Amino acid sequence: MRRALGMSLWVAMVSAGLAVFLFLPHFVSDFHSRDLAQAGAFFIAIIGLDLLTGYTGQISLGHGALMAIGGYTTAALIVHEHWRDVWTIPLAGIAAGIVGFVVGLPALRLSGLYLALATFALAVAMPSLIKKFSGLTGGSQGLQFLESSPSQVTGLSGKVTVLGHTMTQNHFLYYLTWSIGIVGLGVAWLVVRGRGGRTFRSVRDSEIAAVSSGVNLAWTKTFAFALSGVYAGVAGALYAIQNEIVNPLSFTVSISILLLVGAVVGGLGSLSGLVLGALFVEYLPTLSTNVSTREGVPDFIYGAAIIVVMILLPTGAGGLLRRLARPLTTWLYTRP
Amino acid sequence: MLFAFDWTQLAQQTVIGLSSGGTWALLALAIVLIYRSTGVINFAQGEMAMFSVFIAWSLVHHGLTYWAAFFLTIAISIAGAIAVERVVIRPVEQAPVLTVVIVTLGLLFVVDGAARWFWSPETRTLPNAFSTSPITIAGVAFSWQDLGNIAVSLGLVVLLWGLFRFTKLGLALRAAAVNPDESRLLGIRVSWMLALGWGLAAGLGAVSGMLTAPALASFDQNLMQPVLLYAFAGAVLGGIESPLGAVAGSLLLGVFVNLVGTYVGWIGTDLRLPVALAVILGVLLVRPAGLFGKVSARRV
Repeated sequence: MRRALGMSLWVAMVSAGLAVFLFLPHFVSDFHSRDLAQAGAFFIAIIGLDLLTGYTGQISLGHGALMAIGGYTTAALIVHEHWRDVWTIPLAGIAAGIVGFVVGLPALRLSGLYLALATFALAVAMPSLIKKFSGLTGGSQGLQFLESSPSQVTGLSGKVTVLGHTMTQNHFLYYLTWSIGIVGLGVAWLVVRGRGGRTFRSVRDSEIAAVSSGVNLAWTKTFAFALSGVYAGVAGALYAIQNEIVNPLSFTVSISILLLVGAVVGGLGSLSGLVLGALFVEYLPTLSTNVSTREGVPDFIYGAAIIVVMILLPTGAGGLLRRLARPLTTWLYTRP
Repeated sequence: MLFAFDWTQLAQQTVIGLSSGGTWALLALAIVLIYRSTGVINFAQGEMAMFSVFIAWSLVHHGLTYWAAFFLTIAISIAGAIAVERVVIRPVEQAPVLTVVIVTLGLLFVVDGAARWFWSPETRTLPNAFSTSPITIAGVAFSWQDLGNIAVSLGLVVLLWGLFRFTKLGLALRAAAVNPDESRLLGIRVSWMLALGWGLAAGLGAVSGMLTAPALASFDQNLMQPVLLYAFAGAVLGGIESPLGAVAGSLLLGVFVNLVGTYVGWIGTDLRLPVALAVILGVLLVRPAGLFGKVSARRV
């Protein structure tokens, strides 16, 4: 009886979430849909980072670099090969996944802070590397979709028709990004809920104990890196499609830091609060400029907000949600 | 040989490298100090040092001499950092490590924003601490400033070592870092020791900043960002657990980066940091705990 109630509650929550996803663009302005779409790209990257850092315990300060791989794959395919923008997304994911796998190999020898430095080095070096391969990447100019192949940009005419529904380009970007985000969340949930999640968490909590219990450490770590890379690559592709341009400044170190902040605010090691983490990193800079545009003040407010949130919610939004739901879950899962 | 190798240039560049490496070493030491006691990298360390430099600039601007401002700034920085630790870090003392790391990232934005808010964004200069005239040793001309920087950095390292090795306070600081629970039983106020560690680290950072700033033609609020990256890299190169390693790693890195920038044309100034990071990555793959770090056994 209680189990059935729990299940139906769960279904109700998921459908409420889906309803918000479907109808939200109709309540906000067209312009805000674009902001929400960008938050969706962060959301996808943050899921990937949570799988790697929250579940497997491998700190990455270089996820912006993996996003750059995805973004540039998309850009190069559109500009050089004249692919339609939407179809480049899977390839961007695969490309970043492969790079993530390669980055994961040295990670087998490094742990904790040393890994943080290694991934950070990747993020720092990425803009210079991009400039070095200017034939493919357009150097510091970057690649602009509208100039080089406008016919491949979906919704340039202002209207997009999907499954019989006509919508604006910004609404299209919103639905595209968040549909992929929801699928990504579902996949992540499937990965962490069973054996895979236990393997990840065992590596995070104690490598030695994990190995003794038969976990293949090398495989688990590189798999986590590759999977996380796929998420980052897809996020980078969507980010590029939304901005219709990529250049070395699109994916700086600050984006890597932003993603880590989002993941921690959302709650590492849980999936439920990550949406809030993504919205936090998307909207906080805008909100703090609204308070005052005086030099330095927005940064001050931004930093102070991060500190206050972390002091109030040391385990992130996910931790808070779990705490709030505890009376309910305990009640639901105890036999009367 | 096709050309005569210029030993004078090599010696000069090495000293310049040691000079910048010395200022990085101080900041690296600050990072190690906090890391050893709390397991957290303080990402705001560089910006806190930058803030100290601006305090020093204001003091000099109000008519103090460089050295008076120097010592006053160190005192202010230590007091300020202890206050910051009490307000911002203490509430998250028991939280997961990454939470504390994010708090220091937030602190980075706060300190940077405050510095831009209080001081207008124009470029500034600090007077030179040491004479800018060159000194000739064994036929090679060095600058007093570089030698002075090296002397101050190494002097401070020795002073700090003395504090930790020979004083009761140093013993308490070390005990609190190694075994907080037992230290608490012995009556050491562990939480305050952490705050004091923050104070000492900020003092080191302030000196690092005040040595870095006069060497530049002018500086603004971004002054310590590259220094923090090099210091972080130097600390990791030497082994983040080891203060001696952090100093040695930073000095090595300073010399290496400067020599590579001088002798390898295509690296120049642009690619110095990526190259330095790549080399460190190579070193870490061979020695995962840094050059001087010990691989620690962990209990399951």
